Amino acid sequence: MHSIYKRTTAALALSVALAVPAAAELTGELRIFLDTSNPAPRATMEAMIERFQALHPDLEIETTIIEREAYKTQIRNFLTADTPDVANWYAANRMKPYVEAGLFEDVSDLWAEPEIAENLASTKGAMTLDGKQWGVPYTYYQWGVYYRKDIFDELGLTEPTTWEEELANCQKIVDSGRICYTIGTRNYWTAGGWFDYINMRTNGYDFHNQLANGEISWEDDRVKQTFANWKQLIDMGAFPDDHTARSWQESVPLMVRGDAAAILKGNFVVAPLRDAGLTDDQIDFYQFVSINPDVELAEDAPTDTFHIPANASNKEAAREFLRFVVSPDEQTEINNGANLGQLPINAKSSVDDDKFLIQGFEMLSSNSPGGVAQFWDRDAPAEMAKVSMEGFQEFMVKPDDLDRILAKLERSRGRIYEN
Amino acid sequence: MTVAVDAPERESWFHKNQQRIAPWLFLAPGILFFLVYVIIPVFQSFNLSLYEWDGLGTAEYVGFRNYEDLYWEWVDRDAFYVSLKNNLIWLVLYLLAIPAGLFIALLLNQTVFGIRLYKSLFFFPFVISQVVVGLVFTWFYDPTFGLLNQFLAWFGLGPINVLGNEHLVTYGIIAAGLWPQTAYCMILYLTGLNAVDPEQIEAGRLDGAKGFRMLWHVVLPQLRPATFIAFVVTIIGALRSFDLISVMTQGGPFGSSRVLAYYMFEVALSEYGFRMGYGAAIAVVLFLIMLCFITYFLWSMYREERGY
Repeated sequence: MHSIYKRTTAALALSVALAVPAAAELTGELRIFLDTSNPAPRATMEAMIERFQALHPDLEIETTIIEREAYKTQIRNFLTADTPDVANWYAANRMKPYVEAGLFEDVSDLWAEPEIAENLASTKGAMTLDGKQWGVPYTYYQWGVYYRKDIFDELGLTEPTTWEEELANCQKIVDSGRICYTIGTRNYWTAGGWFDYINMRTNGYDFHNQLANGEISWEDDRVKQTFANWKQLIDMGAFPDDHTARSWQESVPLMVRGDAAAILKGNFVVAPLRDAGLTDDQIDFYQFVSINPDVELAEDAPTDTFHIPANASNKEAAREFLRFVVSPDEQTEINNGANLGQLPINAKSSVDDDKFLIQGFEMLSSNSPGGVAQFWDRDAPAEMAKVSMEGFQEFMVKPDDLDRILAKLERSRGRIYEN
Repeated sequence: MTVAVDAPERESWFHKNQQRIAPWLFLAPGILFFLVYVIIPVFQSFNLSLYEWDGLGTAEYVGFRNYEDLYWEWVDRDAFYVSLKNNLIWLVLYLLAIPAGLFIALLLNQTVFGIRLYKSLFFFPFVISQVVVGLVFTWFYDPTFGLLNQFLAWFGLGPINVLGNEHLVTYGIIAAGLWPQTAYCMILYLTGLNAVDPEQIEAGRLDGAKGFRMLWHVVLPQLRPATFIAFVVTIIGALRSFDLISVMTQGGPFGSSRVLAYYMFEVALSEYGFRMGYGAAIAVVLFLIMLCFITYFLWSMYREERGY
């Protein structure tokens, strides 16, 4: 019995293997470097690579997973020496240093293939520098306000859509002895998210982009207006006092305990909220409110990417791997709730049946006419991102020192963009 | 009868100069590694500090531009000024580890039951990794569940957010650093106390010295070598303070707990850092500061050996 079963599975496997079009049999070695060191993404990637291996049995695939933070500095080394064939990274300006140094392979040819050109059009902009594409995306996720629905119900609040409603909601939350938004600015980028949203809502996506590209003075009145809006929330006690001492993970318990009503964050915050015991009835999502009715809504949706290093040795196999990663089925699979729990980048893929993913997908595909930004520290050059996010944090502590902080940022702008 | 004439012994060149060559031969590996890993990099980083380089592309010669930028950061009370100021605070306050270590060593330098256990407990913080020390103190200071604030709450004192407050953060980190450093100084003094001459103590006692006078005039002078080493390791430790800052605050809030070593790392090697030349310029400044102390140490060691 057992042996029959074995034989049939073997036969089945064989027939499946035969059914695969043997168009170009890939051989040699394919070395993949990944930064997906957290348990769930790691398992997802390993499973995906196994499926790719099954399609190309003659290919020797070697996967190296590097701790996420360490990866950010190691990439500079391994792109120049002992280079892998595929490496993952982030879109937009974050890939600029490597593109400029000629370390990423131009993959515009892949983007010319109809399969990719048609289905990945929405993320093409984020992968384009100097009119060429330098990699493919594999996942992205929405940002927005994740809130405690039970607290909103208790206080009789509804999801706000305008700044006035937002402020009124927040006032009621503060009056009930809670804070409106938990945040931990020990990771500076958390403040960057707030700046992204308030600036995009106040001045629009294009202005935001120009600011990130150093084309606008930090002492411009429009920038000051952004901070004035932000200050309204700070002054009413919307944020916790000790946010500078917390990392973003440490800021989540405030919301779990019900001391904070909401958090502005990427979709990755859902997992820790659920893990902490909150049910889907208790948490919900809404799009960041509109502030200036004259500007179109634009969202943050950071995209994670795969690249082929210019020094790779098996570029043919690497290209095939990239095609595989962005294919509709793989995209559906790796982005589902059991795996990455994010949004697929292929238009033909389906979004997992998860209320946050569905809402996020709808928001990004139909209610973000202004554009989609990557995130402040990916859109602005690294140095400017660093200096400015520090400034945002300082502003949140000392909102009255705004002029001094902006003067500092303006000086940095003068230095950073001059080349 | 033939007299055997001693043929003049043909000495090889090596043989003749053996006495002079041997020390150099023994020193050679040390010198080689010292050159490759210390001396040459010192000059290399000085050279690098004259360039603008992102670590990937080609380096562009900019002369003293990086130093000029540092100067302006100083004038504007910007990051460089903050780092330098914090370095100074570190230098001064870290020295507290020496009297604290001496005090504990004196306390533990007795023979009672279980003293070995006490000694090892006191020495424990030096054995564990700085990263662990940093984490423990981060939790200790935590504004919501930290022990410090629970303790303050007993006295009705409001929670203080040590690591999130720009004025307190450096002192908070130094306090964490003092914990292992005190243990280190304690060990140095404990070994030093073993070498204290009992006859001199006896003589001092006969002359009626006790308590503080005994310590100051009889014991401390004999502990001079230990004090010297404790001083050296503490100064160096203060100047290279990095791990605690990296673990506890990452330089924050808004950069107010940076020191030069951390700022250098941030600028050149961290996630957002691409300015190798600028980092090198900071390193050169840090090196010059260290050089003052090193010169002083070498000079006083030299004096010691000459017997002044």
